[in-house]
Amino acid sequence: MTVPGAAPGAQPMRVIVCIKQVPKAQELQVDPVTQTLKRVGVPSEINPPDANALEMALLLKDRHEAEVIVLSMGPTSFDESLERAVAMGADRAVLLTDRILGGSDTVPTAYALSETIAKIGGYDLILCGEETTDASTGHVGPGIAGHLDAPQITYISELQIVDGKVRARRTAEDGTEWWETTLPCLVTVNFGCNTPREPTLTGKIRVKRGGVITHWSCAEVGIDPKKVGLINSPTIVAKVDTVKLPPRSPKVFSGDPKDTVRQLIDALRVDGGILL
Amino acid sequence: MAERFDAIVVGAGPAGSAAALTLARKGFSTLLVERGRTPGAKGMFGGRIYAWPLHDLVPDWAKDCPVERFVTRENMAFLAEDASLAVSFDSPKLGQGRASSFTALRAKFDAWLAKKAEEAGATLVTGILVDDLWREDGRVKGVFVAPNDRVASDLVVIAEGATSTLVRRAGLKADLEPREVSVGVKETIELPPETIQERFGLGEKDGAAFIYAGQASMGLRGGGFLYTNKSSISLGLVVSSEDLAQRKIEIQDLQTRFRMHPSVQRLIHGGKVAEYSAHLVPELGAGMMPRIAGDGVLVAGDAAGFLINNGYTFRGVDLAIASGVAAGEAAEAARAAGGMSAANLSAYDRFLRARNVLTDLERFRRAPLYMKNERLFDLYPRMLLEIAERVYTVNGSGKDRLLDIVLEEASSAGVSKLRLLMDLLQGARSM
Repeated sequence: MTVPGAAPGAQPMRVIVCIKQVPKAQELQVDPVTQTLKRVGVPSEINPPDANALEMALLLKDRHEAEVIVLSMGPTSFDESLERAVAMGADRAVLLTDRILGGSDTVPTAYALSETIAKIGGYDLILCGEETTDASTGHVGPGIAGHLDAPQITYISELQIVDGKVRARRTAEDGTEWWETTLPCLVTVNFGCNTPREPTLTGKIRVKRGGVITHWSCAEVGIDPKKVGLINSPTIVAKVDTVKLPPRSPKVFSGDPKDTVRQLIDALRVDGGILL
Repeated sequence: MAERFDAIVVGAGPAGSAAALTLARKGFSTLLVERGRTPGAKGMFGGRIYAWPLHDLVPDWAKDCPVERFVTRENMAFLAEDASLAVSFDSPKLGQGRASSFTALRAKFDAWLAKKAEEAGATLVTGILVDDLWREDGRVKGVFVAPNDRVASDLVVIAEGATSTLVRRAGLKADLEPREVSVGVKETIELPPETIQERFGLGEKDGAAFIYAGQASMGLRGGGFLYTNKSSISLGLVVSSEDLAQRKIEIQDLQTRFRMHPSVQRLIHGGKVAEYSAHLVPELGAGMMPRIAGDGVLVAGDAAGFLINNGYTFRGVDLAIASGVAAGEAAEAARAAGGMSAANLSAYDRFLRARNVLTDLERFRRAPLYMKNERLFDLYPRMLLEIAERVYTVNGSGKDRLLDIVLEEASSAGVSKLRLLMDLLQGARSM
């Protein structure tokens, strides 16, 4: 990413990165009864596209005067990911956490986050991941931009700030497009467009010293309780199908390797249909 | 602005956590950095800890220390191809108070001791590998993780373990030589607590320790060990890496043979191997010690080579804890004397001697040399087993007196009476 032409003596940019904590992709499990993702007792991570958005913000901070604020909405267990984000180099984090938010789908989530961003205030740039690995809707980023009435560029892999404007390379289905818009704006970032950095010792010490995460309730932000939570979420998960793995028929060949290797090859050829 | 602490301790093993705990108690703002995800995640040892320095450092340690079992039975066994000769000592006194020893699992023990350091005020950061010391004008000024990630301090305590890169980068020690280290391997074998208690004849909290010689290491310099945990057994070998290389033997093959020995198999039968680990063990005692104090730097634990293997006790963790405490005391003395200069920190030596760490290392300095005597690991155990076989075999063909048997076996093994006597004397002196 290139960020040429920062105006000397300019105010630090305020960059807000929205992240979600998700179950680790490799460990995803669907509860066979409730048909929802198991989230308890499964290792978590920063939603991988959000980590790319965070890295894009930190690259910006490496070259510009910028303040990077990480924002999330969820239970206090999300502090784990917010702490990691600060240890990676973000300046501070805000967690919107309230029981009444439980069960919110992307509609109340976009509303609640946009209210929280308005309360943080003074933002120049909002970065979101293109979608989450646990729901894959890609709704929330554009939803926030809608509520804030801010311009947006989705699915970007590169970002430049030139003369107070944003230029971004957008990944389209049949190629890439370059878009330009004014600040403040919102972008959603492609998964895998960069390599998120590791936490630093300095960052981890900042986390240990404390005071880097702010918790806000809906009341503190001024969020309308009638617009959030399960009952105010129009999406209903009707059914989730899991793909069943084909059955395996293990066989153990024991004895002299000369014979067992031959038996194994025959079995692969005959039962497995593998040409050897 | 770089973050800053009075002292940084690198490595949250027993030495590092003991140092951080001591420093924090003495009012130093202290950073304890560990490369594993949690303290103990990267830790490896045989399985037993002598409690004395812990008893001094955390007087109420027994209250919540994750002890597996208190060792109340000590065993020494000589193995031949399929036979074994064992000496067993048991006394409830072995398991009591300051002089006790206990078996432990590093993942639990190290986490516990690091927590004590945190409670005393130290800042623990995990998952960070310190790349180098931050030096300016020949003086240590902190640590580097990356060029733009450094933390400043007046003192760095290196407690990184046997393969410490920082002691080498600090110029305190040359690269490790094969003759300076042994290779340790260990399997953790799961068995129900009741089975362990029944099989070893132990009470619910009691444990057994075994040292194996002879065929355990196929005659190579080194030996085997077995410790009983609550619901697992630690079984492993420590073997000279020089001998392994020379004889082109893979240590995992040795471990398999050791595990399959009938007298070992009897003890672990039915168990499930849950964990396999390997580690380098500093082996030359005081002979391989790096410089342990410099301008703004101290070295503690395995990184300093503080390990004693005198043939009947393997000591590492107790010396590590004691040296960590001594490092904290040296820092306090240096602060009182005006700063963390090499001259002021040389008080470290005095505090180590006050705990007999250096004294014990020097006392057993000759032990490793004696251990270089291959007859001890190969010939004598075999002789011992052959003697035992003859002593205990009654088949009506007439019996010899014990001394005659010993001398006859020695002479048929090509060892003169004088040689035998000299080895005995050398052995007794160095042990």
